[in-house]
Amino acid sequence: MWTWFHKLGSPPHFYRIATRLTPWFGWAALLLIVAGVYGGLYVAPTDYQQLDGFRIIYVHVPSASLSLFIYVNMALAAAAGLIWRIKLAHAIAAACAPIGASFTFLALATGSIWAKPMWGTWWVWDARLTSELVLLFLYFGFMALRAAIDDENRADRASALLAIIGVINVPIIKYSVDWWNTLHQPATISKLGKPSMDSDMLIWLLIMLAGFMCYFVAVVLTRAKAEVLQRARDQKWVRQALEGK
Amino acid sequence: MDIPGLGTAFILQVRRDLQLAFRHVGQLANPLMFFIMVTTLFPLALNPMPRLLEAIAPGVLWVAALLASLLAAEGLFRQDVDDGTMEQLALSPQPLALMLLAKTVAHWLITGLPLVIMSPVVGYALFLPRDAVPTTMIALALATPILNLVGGSMAALTVGLRRGGGLLSLLILPIVMPVLIFGARATDMAMTGVDPAGALYLLAALLLLAVSLTPFAMAAAMRISLD
Repeated sequence: MWTWFHKLGSPPHFYRIATRLTPWFGWAALLLIVAGVYGGLYVAPTDYQQLDGFRIIYVHVPSASLSLFIYVNMALAAAAGLIWRIKLAHAIAAACAPIGASFTFLALATGSIWAKPMWGTWWVWDARLTSELVLLFLYFGFMALRAAIDDENRADRASALLAIIGVINVPIIKYSVDWWNTLHQPATISKLGKPSMDSDMLIWLLIMLAGFMCYFVAVVLTRAKAEVLQRARDQKWVRQALEGK
Repeated sequence: MDIPGLGTAFILQVRRDLQLAFRHVGQLANPLMFFIMVTTLFPLALNPMPRLLEAIAPGVLWVAALLASLLAAEGLFRQDVDDGTMEQLALSPQPLALMLLAKTVAHWLITGLPLVIMSPVVGYALFLPRDAVPTTMIALALATPILNLVGGSMAALTVGLRRGGGLLSLLILPIVMPVLIFGARATDMAMTGVDPAGALYLLAALLLLAVSLTPFAMAAAMRISLD
């Protein structure tokens, strides 16, 4: 039963699969994001309260949810690498960090652009904003720790442990709007039964989210491929994969 | 050979670390001095108006305590790793997590407890209302061990690094931010006459969480750093 799992853990096999999958996710991301942008900007009805200002939600919410999603992914990959000593999992965790940091930054930036007209300020020290900022620092710490350790094996394991410790912050961010009475509005799409958003608006948000997900998968596969190639640079299959096509 | 029990080993380790610390009394006082110095800087840099100082007192007190514990975390395991004691501890029949917890307890007795004891004096200098002093002391007594435990895990991760530098603060600060928030809130609540029990309970819960989880994180991190 575990053969497929072990097979996936072998770098050449992963490299082949990733090479085949990346274009699919890349194109899907492009189509979904183009459709989502068009739908979000032109088709979706205007909000009764925030008028057209709410449309930034189509970038803000997907990047904010991805910032958390990627962190959890990174921590899971890191834990898998630490527990089963799979080097590939460490490579994936390493590939996740810069993408996650970018999405966190994007969520903070779009949030602050949205906050200026709605709340009248670029930034407030609200629980969700602060914890999202902490998430950015966690990503930075992860990357800085990796960069500071020369030995690859030790860098992998040390940063994996750090990623796992940092998971504590994830539920704090996720539920900060429910736990504390803050300025940030409560979650829009997490209430599965009855979303607080009109379905004409929601559908584009979900399309955008799916597009961002596909984009993340495409980029993480590409980065992980590069990471795997670099780690296996003195092995035979790399030469075969790169030259002998 | 007779292997000492866990309790005995724990106490012996704490006693050894305290003894070592008391032989270098100069270094012992460093975090405390730092704590006092940082809090003195604020009245100098800002306007020394009592009302202004009173308003910023909780923040200054807590940030200074946090920075002092950061400063101390750097040296928590460094010497033992350099002279090989840590490897012996890792090889010893006692669990490494327990021994590192003992080291952190000793470290708290040396660097954290003095901050708690000195906080009324510093608070007085910042015109902190007298009613807020007991709460602040309790909150600091609950929070400083958390700071040391988290600092210890991160110090264990970075102990082998030659270019540690500011890395340790980048790793510790995001994790301990809730401690700072609840601690400062407890002081703030006591100042305004609100019952600070909620914030104190949260700090106590965080302390329990830290005591039960961080020793294992510390031990895992130390094993990674040692090989």
